[in-house]
Amino acid sequence: MADLAATRAATRLDPHRLRTDFPILSTANRFGKPLVYLDSAATSLKPLAVIEAVDGYNREYSSNIHRGIYELAERATGAYEAARAKTARLINAPEPAEIVFVRNATEAINLVAYSWGRRNIGRGDTIVLTEMEHHANLVPWQLLVQEKDGDLEFVPVSDDGLLQLDVYEVLLHLRPKLVAFTHASNMLGTINPVRHMVEMAHAAGALVLIDGAQAVPHMPVDVQELGADFYVFSGHKMLGPTGSGALWARRELLEAMPPFMAGGDMIREVHLRRSDWNEIPYKFEAGTPDIAAEIGMGAAADYLLDLGLDAVRDHERELTRYALEVLPREVPGIELYGPAAEHRGGVVSFNLPGIHPHDVAQILDRSGICIRAGHHCTMPLHERFDLAASARASFNVYTIPEEIDALAIGLREVVRVFDR
Amino acid sequence: MDDLYRDYILEHYRRPHNFGVLEAPTASYEGSNPLCGDRITMMLRLEDGVVRDVAFTGRGCAISQASASLLTDEIKGKTVEEVERMTPDDLLDLIGIEISPARLKCALLSLDTVAHALADDAAEQAEADGSASGAGSASGASSASGASSA
Repeated sequence: MADLAATRAATRLDPHRLRTDFPILSTANRFGKPLVYLDSAATSLKPLAVIEAVDGYNREYSSNIHRGIYELAERATGAYEAARAKTARLINAPEPAEIVFVRNATEAINLVAYSWGRRNIGRGDTIVLTEMEHHANLVPWQLLVQEKDGDLEFVPVSDDGLLQLDVYEVLLHLRPKLVAFTHASNMLGTINPVRHMVEMAHAAGALVLIDGAQAVPHMPVDVQELGADFYVFSGHKMLGPTGSGALWARRELLEAMPPFMAGGDMIREVHLRRSDWNEIPYKFEAGTPDIAAEIGMGAAADYLLDLGLDAVRDHERELTRYALEVLPREVPGIELYGPAAEHRGGVVSFNLPGIHPHDVAQILDRSGICIRAGHHCTMPLHERFDLAASARASFNVYTIPEEIDALAIGLREVVRVFDR
Repeated sequence: MDDLYRDYILEHYRRPHNFGVLEAPTASYEGSNPLCGDRITMMLRLEDGVVRDVAFTGRGCAISQASASLLTDEIKGKTVEEVERMTPDDLLDLIGIEISPARLKCALLSLDTVAHALADDAAEQAEADGSASGAGSASGASSASGASSA
């Protein structure tokens, strides 16, 4: 708890100074323009601490974990398990054994749908989701209810991008077995009132899975305080390497769940016709994992905790407020989606009237500005707002207001190209 | 100046040629790139193996719509066989700008949609005739569409 208090007390974040931690930020594009990276919701950039952690494993103690009886293997196992402890600390999990390493949030949700879902969802059972889910927190449940003849229900999104909790309350009367929702929307940026939503779900007898992919690197997350049952997130969106991610679940849930994948490391004893499972979390980590990536994810967790997640949240709230003020003022006709800065993370989705987002992104690219254009894996949410696609700028700890100014100038150029 | 957004491309995007609904088309197909939301409906009037008229409707990015405008200009008056022989490279030459890999699907949607319309038409003909020659031309057209989705 002392660590947590120290985190909370952290001072303001200095994005200009910490940008030197990210080597890629000193690179330029093919026209010599410096990188303006505004696609952090897709994947984040990596600081030196993470790059060096991955490099250190590959250069100095590359070896398999949980097996070798020699120094290198012991070092690898130690670093891998230390990364698990760091990841647990980042979300204040009660114990590292409740952290299952996976490739990303998508794999974590599939793990729960396959393992917990197949055993607990049956004919006529309901799962409540929301209209703002990333496809990763939608399609695995579609597959599950198709197989089990269950039902999906959806909490609608209001015009200003908030979940309609009055409808959520009504849906809970259906006595769902599971409620699954995103902590923060990757398109609207909406930060959902997850703690309240968990309480409501539990009162209705449902378990809760929270998709934290867009929340963990941007704000303090405490799974014990939230009271969630499952919490999933990706390492690569939190300054860690691709191929790293985590599922957190309460011990008794993990212990009751059957394995997701089978193979080495997940077993205690193997006979030709039957096997006994290993203890958690190893029961869910069949085969050699992405050791280097998970070690990198541990380094990313340390980096974020050192910055202080309250400071990170303050920084990104300020940036979002600035973007919501500057873009409509400097870019006439721009349409912005999503709620006010108070209720959203560092995500701003928009459209320029009559210009397809792909064209917007392509023209910005010449100025070295990277944004996302498309449906951001949220097709139902785009349908809800009657949009074929949108453009999205998203921020992280290294984003500076000057980059939002560059975006505004770039968007004016886009309008100029199309108006000429 | 952006290479991709030359004046003539933007001109075709703003005022596309052959844009609108064709009365009584003999072949038509709605093609889309669900990932970007580009959508094109191609309507063709085929007579004696010749594209007598063609029109399209749709919405999407500048590249996809300008490509459809240029392609419809190109194929009007050509024989169905000539159109079926058109390759993605032929269309890219017609567009005349360098298309990045990520935008290839946008650029080639128009040709893909025409190929589907012709393949459907050929399949219908084959069914009506009960002949094998119609089926042969259908598979030729769909292989063109397969190549364009690469």
